[in-house]
Amino acid sequence: MSKDNSEYLIERYDNVYEVVIGLEVHAQVTSNSKLFSSSSTKFGAEPNTQVSLVDAAFPGMLPVINEYCVKQAIKTGIGLKAQINKRSVFDRKNYFYADLPQGYQISQFKYPIVGEGTVILDMPNGQKEVGIERLHLEQDAGKSIHDMDPQNTLVDLNRSGVALMEIVSKPDLRTPDEVSAYIKKLRSIMRYLGTCDGNMQEGSLRADVNVSVKLKDSKELGTRCEIKNVNSIKFMQMAIDYEANRQVDLIEEGKLIDQETRLFDTKKNETRSMRSKEDAHDYRYFPDPDLLPLEVTEEFIEKLKSDIPELPDDKKKRFIEEFKISAYEATILVSDIDTAKYFEEVVAKMGKNRDMKLAVNWITGELFAVLNNKNLEISKSPISAKNLAKLINLIKNGTISGKIAKTIFELMMDGDKDPLVIIEEKGLKQESDPKALEALIDKIINDNREKAIEYKNGKEKLFGFFVGQAMKVSGGKANPQLINEILKKKL
Amino acid sequence: MSDITSQSLTSLVKNIKEKNLSSEEVTKAFVDRSEKSKELNSYITEDFSNAIDKSKKFDEKPNLDLKLPGVPMAVKDLFCTKDIRTTAGSKILENFVPTYESTVTQNIWNEGAILLGKLNCDEFAMGSSNETSFYGNVQNPIDKGLVPGGSSGGSAAAVSGQLTPITIGTDTGGSIRQPASFTGTVGLKPTYGSCSRYGIVAFASSLDQAGPMSQNVEDCALLQEVISTYDNKDSTSIDFKRGQYSKDLTKDIKGKKIGIPKEYRVEGMPKEIEELWKKGIEYAKDCGAEIIDISLPNTSYALPTYYIVAPAEASSNLARYDGVKYGFRAKGENLTDMYEKTRSEGFGAEVQRRIMIGTYVLSSGYYDAYYLKAQKVRKLIKNDFDEAYKKVDAILTPSTPSSAFKIGEKKNDPVSMYLNDIFTVPVNLAGLPAISIPAGLDATGYPLGLQIIGKAFQEQEILNLAYAMEDKISFKNKITDWWIK
Amino acid sequence: MSIDLKTIKHISKLSRISVDEKKAEKLAGDLNSIFKFIEKLNELNTDNVEPLTSVAETTLKFRSDEVKNQNIREQIIKNSPEDNEDFFVVPKVVE
Repeated sequence: MSKDNSEYLIERYDNVYEVVIGLEVHAQVTSNSKLFSSSSTKFGAEPNTQVSLVDAAFPGMLPVINEYCVKQAIKTGIGLKAQINKRSVFDRKNYFYADLPQGYQISQFKYPIVGEGTVILDMPNGQKEVGIERLHLEQDAGKSIHDMDPQNTLVDLNRSGVALMEIVSKPDLRTPDEVSAYIKKLRSIMRYLGTCDGNMQEGSLRADVNVSVKLKDSKELGTRCEIKNVNSIKFMQMAIDYEANRQVDLIEEGKLIDQETRLFDTKKNETRSMRSKEDAHDYRYFPDPDLLPLEVTEEFIEKLKSDIPELPDDKKKRFIEEFKISAYEATILVSDIDTAKYFEEVVAKMGKNRDMKLAVNWITGELFAVLNNKNLEISKSPISAKNLAKLINLIKNGTISGKIAKTIFELMMDGDKDPLVIIEEKGLKQESDPKALEALIDKIINDNREKAIEYKNGKEKLFGFFVGQAMKVSGGKANPQLINEILKKKL
Repeated sequence: MSDITSQSLTSLVKNIKEKNLSSEEVTKAFVDRSEKSKELNSYITEDFSNAIDKSKKFDEKPNLDLKLPGVPMAVKDLFCTKDIRTTAGSKILENFVPTYESTVTQNIWNEGAILLGKLNCDEFAMGSSNETSFYGNVQNPIDKGLVPGGSSGGSAAAVSGQLTPITIGTDTGGSIRQPASFTGTVGLKPTYGSCSRYGIVAFASSLDQAGPMSQNVEDCALLQEVISTYDNKDSTSIDFKRGQYSKDLTKDIKGKKIGIPKEYRVEGMPKEIEELWKKGIEYAKDCGAEIIDISLPNTSYALPTYYIVAPAEASSNLARYDGVKYGFRAKGENLTDMYEKTRSEGFGAEVQRRIMIGTYVLSSGYYDAYYLKAQKVRKLIKNDFDEAYKKVDAILTPSTPSSAFKIGEKKNDPVSMYLNDIFTVPVNLAGLPAISIPAGLDATGYPLGLQIIGKAFQEQEILNLAYAMEDKISFKNKITDWWIK
Repeated sequence: MSIDLKTIKHISKLSRISVDEKKAEKLAGDLNSIFKFIEKLNELNTDNVEPLTSVAETTLKFRSDEVKNQNIREQIIKNSPEDNEDFFVVPKVVE
């Protein structure tokens, strides 16, 4: 019934339900040291080796804020086209947990550093705007390890106190695909800004997913459940799917949905209630008396604004205008900052006589396939932008055919070899000398007189046979365009 | 020996600098007297043999340019001291040995002083009689069975009983000034942000402030000069131009305007306090000060406000004592059980009571009615002072509504115990500096103090006023050494 | 307004301090007398008053983004009640 296939609806008998999703994304701020202490934030260190007296909440230890983290949050706010608040306040969120050494998390509750903003998603059926409610700075907790010791839980505080940005969306998302696009877009913006590396495997980007369901066309929102700490897009989508169906089933059975915090069990692919956190809901937020209000000036913000690089939406617009590529192609190329950088470098290295179509096809085709196969980031590409640009130019100026280019491309992967060197070594240069090609074709016609006559008598599909012969005899090096022309003339 | 321990800090410093006394002689004298004074229970942790070793080392290569050259000093056990157990008067920190030093104590050692030991105090500085300490009551050197006040009770007793030439305490609602008043000593609570809170076990972060406790105003000024530094490890430390308080100390206070707030004349205030205050006014006049009647209309709301703000902050500050990283841990069946047993066995009754009050006033549904309300009233109280300081340079009040009481007298009546801080609490809420100086005796012969409250950052001003008045009052503390057999 | 035993138990749970009946009753008595005295604040109208969080009339000072702390694991773990050289140890948590 739906007009486009981008709708995600759950049907039970005559009832059609729509799913309403909001995300609280926790993005680790890219910084050398923690939000309130001078410990390193590096990932993967030995347990408890990046813990200061402040991070472990020793008596009398006090927080002192990292300026860079404040700048990173404001930059992200600018990237989300959001209101930057000149005055914000750090509160304490009080609860007890083994990996929360202070017994409270320093966060911004009432007065966040960044207010409302927007993110634009490029969906197959057009653009969708998602509202940002707020962005605030807070401390990460440590890590509880439950499976190393049968009797005990072990606590590693390396992450304790690392700066996080909590980015809260409005409940504007409706489908798992939109959730995926939203996360990818946020990640992309933050990677452009250098404010979060977006590495989900290392936990730099995690999300709490708020899900509720409502009858389609109903204005009234349903009771929502919060699924805590989901750390991959795939799991978010699976969790939403499970949770939305669970809620619909409850409604259909005439039962009530409890507003609660749930956990996504990745092994069983289901969400379940987190009873352990139930009594901890009264967080007793109050302004942290160890910290004063965070105030920034207009100049401070302006200075950061002037340092903001071109962001994906603007870059996309420019790519379309400047390089005359399609919106679809541009979306792919700008989605990740390293891809965009690579593409722009290829374009720059191609020089004046550049062929955009070739560049786009080679990057999104051959190169992406290789990276995908080898599970590599484009920043670790085995072929540099400089050499890929050379290869593309060699195709463009007819030095090699597209087919030869693929062979060369394969060879280039071994140590980022210069395509010209490969051509030289392997003698793969395209034969484009008309005289040499004419001689070659004369010989083929001569050797296949009967077929030439058949062709002249109207058996036109034999033309392909002659092209094939020419390529075979030349070892694939004959310029196919010239071969075509000469064959037409001679036959 | 006894003439060493009865000397003021200033005179000891002078004698060491002039090589009339060695650090070792001085240190040994205080160690010896401390050893004989166990009955006062001033110390929680003694570090006497180390102190003597350090004094010998000092004497080998004395640096006499320092402000506290080789002077021994015991400090309140709320200051974290590197490698020396720091308990905050609590069982929960019974075995806690910091690997770091508080900024305030570091400043003191940097000027050549030597740690004698850690002084008793109310548990987490919550108390007005030193009776909440896990390490037992402290006796007031003034008389047997008398509280020394609190929370810096051990510190006050140690100075008054001459177990240390001078000390430092902390003051959240009166914890320096009230015990100073109860023991006939001088106590200064500096402006909030003057002394770093780094390394001081926190009670209520927005109110806590360290300060000197001494035999006289001159000593007080000298120590304040040492401990007050800007510290980038404390976000609430304030970078203002600190004075050379002892060098600039003067008795010339002619023309200074001193305000007398009518709201401090509280109902049921003993006559002798009233008398003392009147005498204080006369002394101030004698010194050439001008007396002006002022009003601090919201004074009576200060104590209720304090008993919301301080417990609220404390309930959160004390959440870190959970048996996980350091300190006492009780066995528990699971994490929550471990927390609950650790905290109910590790904290004493008063601390638990305040954590409960604090948790309640911050809890959902009550925040606005209590915590937010208290913050607003706090603003009104501060406004009162701002208004008053348009007319006067300082304010003179009694330090406490009574003299020292008997041990056990108020232990089971929290509200009457809290009322002890009625004159001191407004100062913490407004973040102002105030000094208590001994000004007379009650009918029983127990000391009584007067409080001089200054403008923010004007420590010099109130030190000068106290210095001038001290001269006129010429108070003599009656220490009989009753506890020394 | 009075604080009942249920409330005492709730706040003791939030504070992670165990209380038995006897202790709860004692606390209820104490807290009620303290809150009776605190209720005095209700006399005051504070509708248009800005709350005061800190008397330090200055703004938050920044620290530069430098890593200054070395690995001090030994120091950090040293005071912990359970012996383990690498981790803090707590009773098993089941989520």
